[in-house]
This record gives sequence, C-alpha cells and structure tokens, in this order.
Amino acid sequence: MKHVAVFAAGLLFALGLGISGMTLPQKVIGFLDFAGDAWDPSLALVMVSSAGVYLLLHRRVLRRPTPLFDTQFHVPDRTDIDAPLVFGSALFGIGWGMVGFCPGPALTALVSGQTQVWSFFVAMIAGMYAEGTLNVSNRIVTGRGEAVDG
Amino acid sequence: MEGFTPVLSTIGGALIGLAAIGLLFANGRIAGISGITAGILRPRKNDTQWRVLFVAGLLLGALLIRWVHPEAMAIRIDVSNAAVLLGGFLVGIGTRIGNGCTSGHGVCGVGRLAPRSLVASAVFFSLAVLTSWLIRHVAGGL
Repeated sequence: MKHVAVFAAGLLFALGLGISGMTLPQKVIGFLDFAGDAWDPSLALVMVSSAGVYLLLHRRVLRRPTPLFDTQFHVPDRTDIDAPLVFGSALFGIGWGMVGFCPGPALTALVSGQTQVWSFFVAMIAGMYAEGTLNVSNRIVTGRGEAVDG
Repeated sequence: MEGFTPVLSTIGGALIGLAAIGLLFANGRIAGISGITAGILRPRKNDTQWRVLFVAGLLLGALLIRWVHPEAMAIRIDVSNAAVLLGGFLVGIGTRIGNGCTSGHGVCGVGRLAPRSLVASAVFFSLAVLTSWLIRHVAGGL
C-alpha cells in the first residue's frame, strides 16, 4: 500500500504540473518577465493554490502520531538563515530565470522527448553531482570542505 | 496554454498541493523534487525506494498528460543550447546548496510557513525575475 501511495503522489504531482501549465518554460518566463508584452500571472495562481492547499492541510496531517506507512515524519526543523541557503537559492533563481525550468517541470517534460529538455536535465543532474563532490555549502559555512554534521 | 489560464492553473496548483500533502500523509516526506532526485543519485540505505517510486509516478503522470493534454508538452525555450546547459547546471547545483527548489521550499516550505523556505523562495523568485529581465530586455537574448 505504501508503494502505491507514494507512486500515486508522484503521478498526481505531474498531473498538477501539466494542467497548471508549469511544464512550459515559455509560460514560466511569461510570468517572470514582468516587462514582457503580455504578462501572464498564471504562475502566481499555481503557487498560491499549491502552497494554500498545503497550508490548510499540513497541520492536520502533522497532528497524527505518525504517517500512515512510516514510524515518523521527516520534516525539516531548522530555522537558521545561513549563507548556503541564500547563495544556493540565488544560483537556482538565475538558472530558473535563464531557461524557465525548475526541477519538477524539467523531469516531467522529459517525456516530450525534446533535445533541449534532455540537455537541461543532464546539466541539472551534473550540477547536483557537482555539489555532492565539491560540497560548496560546507565550504561556505566552515571555510573548508568538511562536513559539519559528520 | 499560452496566455493567462486562471482556472487550469488554480486547479493544477491544487493538485500539486494535494500530491505534496499525500506524500506527507503516506510516508511523512517533503515533496521536494530536487531533494528526491538528488537522493537517488547518492543512495542511502532504506532511503532510495520511495524516491524511485515517486519519480516513476511522476513520469507516468507525465505520459498521461502528454496523452490527454498534449498542449502541456508544446515546449518552447527561447535561449541558446549553451544557455540551457548553463541554466540546468545552476538549477542543479543551486538547489543542492540551498537545500530545495520551487516544490520543497516554494510549495511545502511556504505552505508550512517555514522561515528558511520563505527566505529561499524570496531569493530565487527575485533572482529569476531579475535574470529573465536582464536576458530578455537588457541583453536582448542569450
């Protein structure tokens, strides 16, 4: 049952991305580009609607002693605003603003079979590997490449 | 799908939110696509199977969308191939350094009113708007 539930969540997530229009970089850029000819506010509605549903329902879920198929919730509890958070999010924003793809839509759009989508995906995976190897976030915090949390 | 799509975008957004709530309810995880994907690249014991299942569901959902709503796959990218590669790399490394993307920080984190996610979302939205403006209105393309 657990497997079915997790699989179904992924499936529903992709349906939401596709129906909302977020698999289309031109539509994302249509929102990000406030100075464009025809500004498209659609992405704002996607964010308000998705985060709104989460806002309304997550407390009810987290009040339960455990999730349905696990012994504990895996929800981050950090509240510190550190340099890696800001620096990493800035790099992500630059890449997102360049092309119009963030990770979820890029993954979903792979089935379009378009070469540029696959190029973006391969480069994104390379970027993820790069951080796994370079450990930039810990270098920023400690000035060295060592893992802070072990 | 070109132009303002208020109804579809609101419904689609609600489905994204429900999917993320469903994952939290089922196995207590945050539906952050960059984190889920990166976890598959660096597998840890007993932490890989759910990620693969989620991504498999995502890809099947994508195939369904391509079938019933093909407009959602009519993708147009207005920058060069070099810019696509650089953008993809920045999205990959940036989401790992910053611990999340539009889904983990933007939907789940903002939805929980988590301070780190509110800051991250403000930063990546601002930089995305600024970058898009610089490329399309100042540089005249990339």
